[in-house]
Amino acid sequence: MLEVSHLTTVFDLASGPATAVDDVSFEIRSGETLGLVGESGSGKSVTAFSILRLVQPPGRLAGGRILFKGRDLLALPESEMRKVRGAEIALIFQEPMTALNPVFTIGDQIAEALIVHGRATRRDAKTRAIELLEAVRISNPDARIHDYPHQLSGGMRQRVLIAMAIACKPSLVVADEPTTALDGTIQAEILDLLREMKRTLNLSLLLITHDLGVVAETADRVAIMYAGRIVEHGPVRAIFHSPQHPYTRGLLASMPGAVRGQRLRAIEGTVPILGAFPPGCAFHPRCPDRFDPCAGTPPPEYAVGLEHGARCYLHDSHRSQVVSHKSTGSSAASIPQPPAPSPQPPLRHDPTDLRRGSPSFDVAQDGREPVERPERVRRGGGRPPV
Amino acid sequence: MLLVEVSHLVKQFVRGGGLFRRGTTITAVDDVSFCIDEGETFGLVGESGSGKTTTGRCILRLIEPTAGSVRFRSEDVLAFSPARLREARRHMQIVFQDPYSSLNPRMRARQIVEEPLIIHRLGDRATRRRRVAELFDLVGLDPAHLERRPHEFSGGQRQRIGLARALALNPSLLILDEPVSALDMSVQAQVVNLLMDLQQQLKLTYLFIAHDLRLVEHICNRVAVMYLGKIVEMGPTASLFDTPQHPYTRALLSAIPVADPDAPRERIVLDAGKVNRNAALREIAAGHWAAI
Repeated sequence: MLEVSHLTTVFDLASGPATAVDDVSFEIRSGETLGLVGESGSGKSVTAFSILRLVQPPGRLAGGRILFKGRDLLALPESEMRKVRGAEIALIFQEPMTALNPVFTIGDQIAEALIVHGRATRRDAKTRAIELLEAVRISNPDARIHDYPHQLSGGMRQRVLIAMAIACKPSLVVADEPTTALDGTIQAEILDLLREMKRTLNLSLLLITHDLGVVAETADRVAIMYAGRIVEHGPVRAIFHSPQHPYTRGLLASMPGAVRGQRLRAIEGTVPILGAFPPGCAFHPRCPDRFDPCAGTPPPEYAVGLEHGARCYLHDSHRSQVVSHKSTGSSAASIPQPPAPSPQPPLRHDPTDLRRGSPSFDVAQDGREPVERPERVRRGGGRPPV
Repeated sequence: MLLVEVSHLVKQFVRGGGLFRRGTTITAVDDVSFCIDEGETFGLVGESGSGKTTTGRCILRLIEPTAGSVRFRSEDVLAFSPARLREARRHMQIVFQDPYSSLNPRMRARQIVEEPLIIHRLGDRATRRRRVAELFDLVGLDPAHLERRPHEFSGGQRQRIGLARALALNPSLLILDEPVSALDMSVQAQVVNLLMDLQQQLKLTYLFIAHDLRLVEHICNRVAVMYLGKIVEMGPTASLFDTPQHPYTRALLSAIPVADPDAPRERIVLDAGKVNRNAALREIAAGHWAAI
């Protein structure tokens, strides 16, 4: 269905070009949900925008290939691309308040999507809009099509956006944090709706989120992004039951819920910002398992299971054999972990380390967090694995 | 020992209206009563618009309640004169949700943390400086960054600044209004750990307002669930999360996404029409109350 290979998106910042999406490859099969997980600045939204060629300057697509049903989207002329957007690949935005136009009724906005793509005439667009609102379970759709966005609650607006997204029967829906702005119970309803739409319309779904819980409930496969790169990808069960990248393990282990009232197993340091990603494996300054090669060249992807890959030198049998210490306890799963070396002397004293950052980049300059945290991690190291 | 006692708290807002038109009254907090023991973490959960933030602010009188009473160490907070209220606020402080908008961008970190000391006329310049450095250390910030402005810090560090400022006056009660929800997930755990450490170290009492139920379950001793301005269920964390009684609590708990693809999922959908909004809280187990 969709095959993204070596996608690279660069932002030309005042401080120089910054790679927001760095050599990202993944595929989405027909009828499948891929969960793309990352924190702010990890490049997950830029990846989505790149697929639809909606990246605005100072951002630009710098390389790669995006094959959608056999066509290379990056090679299409803009007029052709416009026919793909909305009609074949639909986008659901994070913020349902701003994604709708406040001066048109929701009926008009759904009808517009249909008319623009030639899926309905002006006359039957209204009937179709009512059907779509019914499909996303908005009660009393005949009356609702005359409502303006401000008359709807957040959850209803998100339903309208889903109705617009499925209006032209796309084969792929890209949903960028579709439930982040919503309350718990509404979030659950919207996720249920997305799952149902996916099933009944046989959609493929690219679900972008920072919430591991949402991913566990919704995705078939998962890709974890950190600082512009996919650091681990695999089937949802493999990712949650046997995570292979220290970042994935750290995220899962830091979630509350193990034992009430216990200290959490936090990941040290802060999320790097665009333009100041650390060299080598971008996670290495925060990684409890880092060793010599991590600060050098970025690790390639290692196969760690069936359709399961991780970009981490721990899985390089040549390199990780050199250091044979036991892991410091970053394992989040009960499944035996590959031998993981213990942290070496803090890399932040290495002058080549992170010093090229902008003033606001604080992993390097904030002496406090990286120094203080490892002690606590170590103190907590005796705790039983989650 | 009882630290805070809120009884029959009501807050109404008038929306719209003008010179010739009466606005509509909205009851944001509707007859809310609870108490918080010293050293305890009391969680207030609910969805947006349920009145949890308003309740928190009414305790500090950042919003004046319409009716009811708030007692802090047995003293009636609502009867305080402005001077007495200012004095009382030394003992109760608040940390806001958004570390990006709650710090003055034109002030340096040192000034932000020092300001409460100046307002309360505590110490001379030298002692204040010492205290600020001490607070920086306490919340895990590098004293070398005292002269930086908020934008030079990350979200997690900004929340630490907000915390240092709130702790400057040595309060006994901290109202934490969604203290980590604006932070990146890999940073949240650090701030949560800091909050737990500080509580032990400084014998703090927390009113923890949040919508992240996983987090509330993790750090709170007791929890109250708010729905449309009322507390519909309240009890010890284990009891409330393991045996929720109110239909709204059940719906809320069943909606938590679990980070395990094999976890059993049973979504309970709330039928709002079936909730008896006038039911009074009654005790169904030791300390566990539900409005059913």
